[in-house]
Amino acid sequence: MTATTGANERDQLAYIAAKAADSRVNVELETEGMTLNIGPQHPATHGTLRIVARLDGEQVISADPVMGYMHRGYEKLTEVRTYPQVTTLINRIDWLGSFANEVPFILAAEKLMEVEAPPRAKWIRTILFEMSRIANNLLGLGDMAAQLGAVTPVFYAFRDREYVLNQVEAVTGGRFHPNFDRIGGLKDDIPAGWIASTKDSMVKMREAADELESLVFGNEIFTARTRGIGIIPAEVALEYGMSGANLRGSGVDWDLRRDAPEGMAYNEADWKVWTHPDGDSYARAWVRLQEMREGTYIVDQLLDSLPSGPVMAKVPRIIKVPEGEAFVETENPLGVMGYYIVSKGDLVPFRVKIRSASFNNIAVVPWVLKGVYVPDIISILASLYFILGDIDR
Amino acid sequence: MAETTEETEVVPLVDHVREELLGTLTSHLGDAIVASHIKPGDELWIRVTTEGWAEVADVLRNRLNFLFFDFVSAIDWLPSPYGREMDAQVDTIVAAANGEALDAKPPEEMVQGYAGGDTRFQVFGRVLNVVDMLGLIIKADVPDTLVVPSWIAHYPGANWHEREVHEMYGISFDGNADMRNLYLPGDFEGYPLRKDFPLLARRVKPWPGIVDVEGMPGDDADDEADDTDAAEGDA
Repeated sequence: MTATTGANERDQLAYIAAKAADSRVNVELETEGMTLNIGPQHPATHGTLRIVARLDGEQVISADPVMGYMHRGYEKLTEVRTYPQVTTLINRIDWLGSFANEVPFILAAEKLMEVEAPPRAKWIRTILFEMSRIANNLLGLGDMAAQLGAVTPVFYAFRDREYVLNQVEAVTGGRFHPNFDRIGGLKDDIPAGWIASTKDSMVKMREAADELESLVFGNEIFTARTRGIGIIPAEVALEYGMSGANLRGSGVDWDLRRDAPEGMAYNEADWKVWTHPDGDSYARAWVRLQEMREGTYIVDQLLDSLPSGPVMAKVPRIIKVPEGEAFVETENPLGVMGYYIVSKGDLVPFRVKIRSASFNNIAVVPWVLKGVYVPDIISILASLYFILGDIDR
Repeated sequence: MAETTEETEVVPLVDHVREELLGTLTSHLGDAIVASHIKPGDELWIRVTTEGWAEVADVLRNRLNFLFFDFVSAIDWLPSPYGREMDAQVDTIVAAANGEALDAKPPEEMVQGYAGGDTRFQVFGRVLNVVDMLGLIIKADVPDTLVVPSWIAHYPGANWHEREVHEMYGISFDGNADMRNLYLPGDFEGYPLRKDFPLLARRVKPWPGIVDVEGMPGDDADDEADDTDAAEGDA
């Protein structure tokens, strides 16, 4: 039995090993192939992702993610919801950075309606967007440490995240599902005293970032389990459509906040796009940490330059979106998220395609897990950092 | 908004970058590009023949440096055979179930979006050049056989997207053998994102949007109050 011609060496080895596993001939002193089922309920899966890994000894021959446990059919549901109702649904896609989910949809609808949000709304949008990123990245890092055996950081992460969530709640009324973004602006202005308290919380977040850095990134075990593990080269990351910190961890200097800031206020702040050339688990986590810290500086600067004025443009009360198609994507906490809206001039969208970040980020899993050892599965999955709601939609 | 007086003075924008990209693509692909649509400063849509669907990915990926794979999806242009018209007081499907006469509404015509099309189903995808920050949307008609070429030879990330399209629309991809369901159970019947697939929740309850847009008692007064608030700006 020969492997198909043209397959590369890695595939051939995997093929041979798979055949050996299949044959189930348990010759003495020969390892037996086995199937390891990770999940659906596993702390490393942020929801219910199941990974079926076929092993030869400690080595993974093939890994196949099985999802769909959380599929809620949002693309179908948006076709029977009015535009303002859609934001309620899409809040629940990436539930750790939920405000950020609303923004690309609203921007796409605004593009079709040719409405522009007033400057103050853009500023507050950007601030809340970055706060979603800070909360999301912080928890992701704490959780990654927990999955690698360090229990303390995740408690710190949950504790410190509240500083941001309290601020989000003060503006929007919801910790996780703000449903605050509107076509043409925002539901409301920020409450009195919010700027000062947010600045305080940003100081706390920087302290949290420093703490996490010394606690986790300087840790010998953490370094040993992430450095050189799960290397994804830039070209592979691109052709799989990986984005966000995962792509920048592979050394691709591409960030929609800088490269396509339409509708947001990122150009008004002085900040830096962080990349790491290594492309391993450590690099992805490191970029995430830097982005979290950078986010606090963006929030600080935008709070300083917050313009006055209304937070809502003049839009009709009953929103009918003119016929057309628009696609807007933004740099969400987990990566690039986009909405392709097809409108027929109705109250409801004709079709909404949700391009979510984790779906593409996780598509690389069968590629990257091939040939790694079992403990590295956890390290790689944790560093790719996905939210199941963002995969299944 | 659209009804500003200055609109007549606005010169039609020309998007040189996207015009140039369209020219380059035409020189590479020739007749494979059937139609195109440019929104200046925003996006380029092209429609290719079904046979050209894989070729366009090859050209974009390997010759023009569009390395970033964004997504592949599909769209069903069939107007929904169920209710949900904006003026309908009840969902037609509920009315039919109650034995009420349906409003004789002439069947809507199937109208394809930007860059046109001839078939009920279209596949569309987006790829991006991350260096120049330039992306484009590629569409292709899906023939009655519901088979289009696959992109996975050029963009491996398209695999899962094609599987999703297959389970949601029943469109197969020639060259991608792995068409297992991603989300739905393996024995699920039907293709949920097709327009003629009924949403069960809507069969038992009228469209909630109707409630949302219905006039509420004392609505006019509220409306005016809202408007003045917005005009005055923040406190």
